[in-house]
Amino acid sequence: MKPKKKKVTDPNPKGWLQPEAGRKKYPRVFHNFDPNLRTQEKAVEYVRALNAAKLEKIFARPFIGAMDGHRDSVSCMAKNPNHLKGIFSGSMDGDIRLWDIASSVRLWSVPIAAAMESDGISDSSNKPLAVHVSKNAFWAADHQWDGDLFATAGAQVDIWDHNRSQPVKSFEWGSDTVISVRFNPGEPNILATSASDRSITVYDLRMDSPARKLIMRTRTNSISWNPMEPMNFTASSTSYAYRQMKIAIAIAMMLENWMKPNVSTKIMLDIDYSPTGREFVTGSYDRTVRIFQYNGGHSREIYHTKRMQRVFCVKFSWDASYVISGSDDTNLRLWKAKASEQLGVILPRERKKHEYMEAVKNRYKHLPEVKRITRHRHLPKPVYKASALRRIMAAAERRKEDRRRAHSTPGSMPKESMVEDELRKIS
Amino acid sequence: FSSSKLLNFQMGVRQENGTPRKLAPVTEEEIADVTDNEVRKYLRGEGANLEVIQDKKLKGQLAVREELYGKSAKAAAKAEKWLMPTEGGYLDAEGIEKTWRIKQDTIAREVDISSSKKQYDIVLPDFGPYTLDFTSSGRYMAAAGHKGHLAIIDLQNLGVIKELQVREAVRDVVFLHNELFFAAAQNKYLYIYNRDGTELHCLKEHGAVLKLQFLKNHFLLASINNFGQLHYQDVTTGEMINNYRTGLGRSDVLQVNPFNGVIASGHSGGTVNMWKPTSAAPLVKMLCHHGPVTGLAFHPNGHLMATAGMDRKIKLWDLRKFQVLQTLPGHAKTLDFSQKGLLATATGSFIQVLGDFSGSQNYSRYMGHSMAKGYQIQKVSFRPYEDVLGIGHSMGWSSILIPGAGEPNFDSWVANPFETSKQRREKEVRSLLDKLPAEAIMLDPSKIGTVRSARKKEKPTKQEREAEIEAAVAAAKSVSLKKKTKGRNKPSKLVKKRQQGIERAKRPLLEQQMEEELSKRKKRKMSEDNQLPTSLQRFARKTATA
Repeated sequence: MKPKKKKVTDPNPKGWLQPEAGRKKYPRVFHNFDPNLRTQEKAVEYVRALNAAKLEKIFARPFIGAMDGHRDSVSCMAKNPNHLKGIFSGSMDGDIRLWDIASSVRLWSVPIAAAMESDGISDSSNKPLAVHVSKNAFWAADHQWDGDLFATAGAQVDIWDHNRSQPVKSFEWGSDTVISVRFNPGEPNILATSASDRSITVYDLRMDSPARKLIMRTRTNSISWNPMEPMNFTASSTSYAYRQMKIAIAIAMMLENWMKPNVSTKIMLDIDYSPTGREFVTGSYDRTVRIFQYNGGHSREIYHTKRMQRVFCVKFSWDASYVISGSDDTNLRLWKAKASEQLGVILPRERKKHEYMEAVKNRYKHLPEVKRITRHRHLPKPVYKASALRRIMAAAERRKEDRRRAHSTPGSMPKESMVEDELRKIS
Repeated sequence: FSSSKLLNFQMGVRQENGTPRKLAPVTEEEIADVTDNEVRKYLRGEGANLEVIQDKKLKGQLAVREELYGKSAKAAAKAEKWLMPTEGGYLDAEGIEKTWRIKQDTIAREVDISSSKKQYDIVLPDFGPYTLDFTSSGRYMAAAGHKGHLAIIDLQNLGVIKELQVREAVRDVVFLHNELFFAAAQNKYLYIYNRDGTELHCLKEHGAVLKLQFLKNHFLLASINNFGQLHYQDVTTGEMINNYRTGLGRSDVLQVNPFNGVIASGHSGGTVNMWKPTSAAPLVKMLCHHGPVTGLAFHPNGHLMATAGMDRKIKLWDLRKFQVLQTLPGHAKTLDFSQKGLLATATGSFIQVLGDFSGSQNYSRYMGHSMAKGYQIQKVSFRPYEDVLGIGHSMGWSSILIPGAGEPNFDSWVANPFETSKQRREKEVRSLLDKLPAEAIMLDPSKIGTVRSARKKEKPTKQEREAEIEAAVAAAKSVSLKKKTKGRNKPSKLVKKRQQGIERAKRPLLEQQMEEELSKRKKRKMSEDNQLPTSLQRFARKTATA
């Protein structure tokens, strides 16, 4: 008769009982992914999401430092795609400086006197390479991403070449000043401009006449193209909304998305996209810097300080980790793009843990307790009250419109979409 | 690795017509082949139905996520197939031999020496029937004799860590989150001890506890006492979460369902009630037996419950539908499910182990064990991650081998029988961070994070209303009135003030009731009015006349 087979679980496979030589310090780890061994997984995940939300708030310290030096408010900034650490800033009294962001040190500057006169200066690095003069004042300038041309905006849009002293091309549509201009990162011949007659115009350099013009309800202060999806650009304006517009191949512009900071006095003065193309940052007249998701909605983040006055320009750093804002109080401030991010070298285990916390928080972020914590921001009183006021006003308008519609013959008052409300005319 | 897990390589198989086939290397797909059944174990339910979603973006995002779930389930199944170091135990009966006739000594002869060491009998006749509890890793055991003997034993080397004699009756013992702390239900109160035998806490609120259970994920100590009162205490903060009167008298059957953290108590009327800490009324009331319920046990997957009653029946219940799956004859003083789903029942001095071998929730006899005649078995408990059944009886405790009972592969992050003290400390901190709130206990724990269907606002029942009024009155009564000076502290005035406080507390609730009744009456009237034809409605009376 064959022996009866009986077997009991092997008690010491792989040296559980006596740890193998050299493994005492790092005991072997075994995994069994059976769900029956771990009960109530969803509740555990929910608790972890709650803890993750709380920890995120504890570690949310976005302000890194300020770069002090200008003597008048900072009006514009420029960043070089080939250099990560440097940023140029120009102030309203004509001072141009190059900053090293990492050490908050001024690397180079053009003093005001040098900007005015081109001779009698000892340091040759302060001399401009070329000076172009025009009869009208310039409002904005931008250089092609890939090429030799640059565009200036003033009375009209002029396209210049480095070597010529006269503009190569000139575009004009209407008789109002053009206040901002931006070249498309993907297609070097396309640029978008905004003018003071509340219009946004798209030009193609290969054509002789401007391509498309949109007239909006309010004036656009600044435009930024999405570096990852170069057919979209976002414009910031003097009303409470932003827009993202799409340029299809047939150059038909469509109003796509609507960003809602939901405050009425929030004139957005400048806007810049993150190099990931997924977020953009805006600086506003109400002394705050807001970061939005690219596809619309409320702002993901809002930064403010008592000392930061009207924010005139903002830039996203080229590694998508920092936001630099230049404001009326003559300072450039460096902020983290993600407020609770750990800077510096992160060990793999730490990084995994951060990623897990982020993922579990996103999974439960719609639940009320978690949402309450992640949504919470301290706002300065004017901003908070203004948003509350805006909400009341909007609700009142909507209510009145509903009542008008309810008391008029059905169909006589068609619903106007927000897009049509903002977009007045396309030509 | 056991050889059964290796692939069968095809080495030049000769076909029938004599020509050898070419050597075909094993392809990637064959190695990676896992069956659907294996994957289903890790899938945690069915996938979501994406057809009903109309939003294309959402549909796309959810489809990606579902695919990811599928992939991770497959990866887990592959890991199980290739990376698990141990195979489970088994018992093979040859020919006409039946598994339940195999005795423990035959098993001991066939297995290796370290496993046969796990069979033993500890004879301690002086200290009364023993009850046992294991830690979740299965390494430590707490034994409590009814006459006051408490002991913690390290089962790996069978060494006693600490034993003490508390000189009063001990009815139950349970480990808290690890082997450092255990709670003993002594004669009058509940005590918590350290591993060194130091008495840490004396919990008087629980009273004379009959049975204890510890909810691991929530760090809640649940107890039921002589008067049928259920107490939930949080052992991390010491806060008493809640205590409830079961209203069904003395009951000494209490079990926790490891799947959802619900406590079930068995009563002398044959009912089993399931409780959660945040509601006074039980979640579920089941009439299980025609006589008192004597034993209760939950399957680790939470869908199966075994109950035993004085009506000589052992019933297996499906907890999803609350229906009987199977009825088996026999008494059982104590029941326990193992990690692999074997059910041990014990009565008198006989133990029966039942197993479900066809996969269809049909339990049949697997093994049996009868002890010497005078031994009255008090408690059976399977040891986690081992094929061992611990038996506490009137003459001490024993341990027998039940092949195939325990989960062969442990997960170091869940319960590690070979834990170092550093790992234990880390685990304690981690589990405290992941401590679930008492509100997370519900019958279906997968409902967390899902959308709650819109419910109509339920009107409070009469009982609830009365309870509300009672609570308000009690709150008003408990307010302490300021003692005034200069002769203004007359007792009559105090009484008047107190009465006014009580009336003030009651008034809004009574007003609410009146309002509801009025609205009800109005609605009734309106419906009555509508029954008249329209031309006569002007003559309908608003108020009833004689």
